[in-house]
Amino acid sequence: MSKFKKKSGGGTPGISTASLPDIVFMLLFFFMVVTVLRQTTPLIENTLPTADEVEKLDKKDLVMYIYAGKPLARYQDQFGTEARIQLNDKFAEVSEVQSFIEAERASKREELVPFLTTALKVDGETNMGLISDIKQELRKANALKINYTTREGEASANIE
Amino acid sequence: MAKRSAPEVNAGSMADIAFLLLIFFLVTTTIETDSGISRRLPPIDDIIDPPEIRKKNIFIVLVNKDDQLLVNDEPAELKDLRVRAMEFLDNGGGVGEEACNYCQGANDPTSSDNPDKAVISLQNDRLTSYKMYIAVQNELVAAYNDLRDREAQRLYGLDYRTMEKNFADPTWRGDKDKLKEQLDVLKAMYPQKLSEAEPKTRE
Repeated sequence: MSKFKKKSGGGTPGISTASLPDIVFMLLFFFMVVTVLRQTTPLIENTLPTADEVEKLDKKDLVMYIYAGKPLARYQDQFGTEARIQLNDKFAEVSEVQSFIEAERASKREELVPFLTTALKVDGETNMGLISDIKQELRKANALKINYTTREGEASANIE
Repeated sequence: MAKRSAPEVNAGSMADIAFLLLIFFLVTTTIETDSGISRRLPPIDDIIDPPEIRKKNIFIVLVNKDDQLLVNDEPAELKDLRVRAMEFLDNGGGVGEEACNYCQGANDPTSSDNPDKAVISLQNDRLTSYKMYIAVQNELVAAYNDLRDREAQRLYGLDYRTMEKNFADPTWRGDKDKLKEQLDVLKAMYPQKLSEAEPKTRE
């Protein structure tokens, strides 16, 4: 009598899916950790201009976002077609920029305040007048580090 | 009474639940980071009388309300701006103490003395479009970076832009202190002196 009996059948055994939840959970935790939930929904048109001499903006928690551009079509009845500033989820005036910066600073830990950068996400069709006003307000608020957020691309693509 | 074991909870649907959560986080994740042109605004309080800058050391770029360029009082195209700015910065027209020993420009005595003295002044109208402004900013920064690239190739056999990228990359394996030193040298060779006037309103 042979001790080693040949296994009957011989078909391929099914793959165990018992560890599938573990794998999925691992992926889940990865995405949970890297996720930064989108905070603001834009109320304005926001086609950023293109540039190629760019620097990356790491550390999203150290960035304050100021949006500007024409209001979206569904807000134009109420807010007109002139370019506006958007801070957090509402339209704002130039004079509110300073208090916005102060509020953002107050919400961060004190030692991080000097590293805060202001990212200007401005629609390409906006006039420079508005941006100069914002910049002037930022200078008054002493928020001097700014970043003109752009898309990747040739600069010449802007003037077509 | 017969001893009954506690019924097992069916864990078969666990994977489904986890998948559901996974898909939610996949959709809401924004991994890509924003990028853009970084600038530093001048502080508002130091209006001490500005140092005297000789006219030949200033390169004036004017953008009007129709997005047209005026470079040193001559109309210009955006595509020529980078080369014009590089010629100006790299001119090296100074003599004696002000000479520039690494410049490869034309040594035109009517243009800038050396890159340290050369200032680019950017002026725009309140009606200039933002995308034109960004395009001009981009070309001017590119002019500086192209010159730094050239010197980096000559001194270290690497591109300045590559070195900057390595410096910002946390996974890069190399001597960051040394890299920082080299970057500082290059920055000192072609310091970015870009001044922006407050926009003029139309009369």
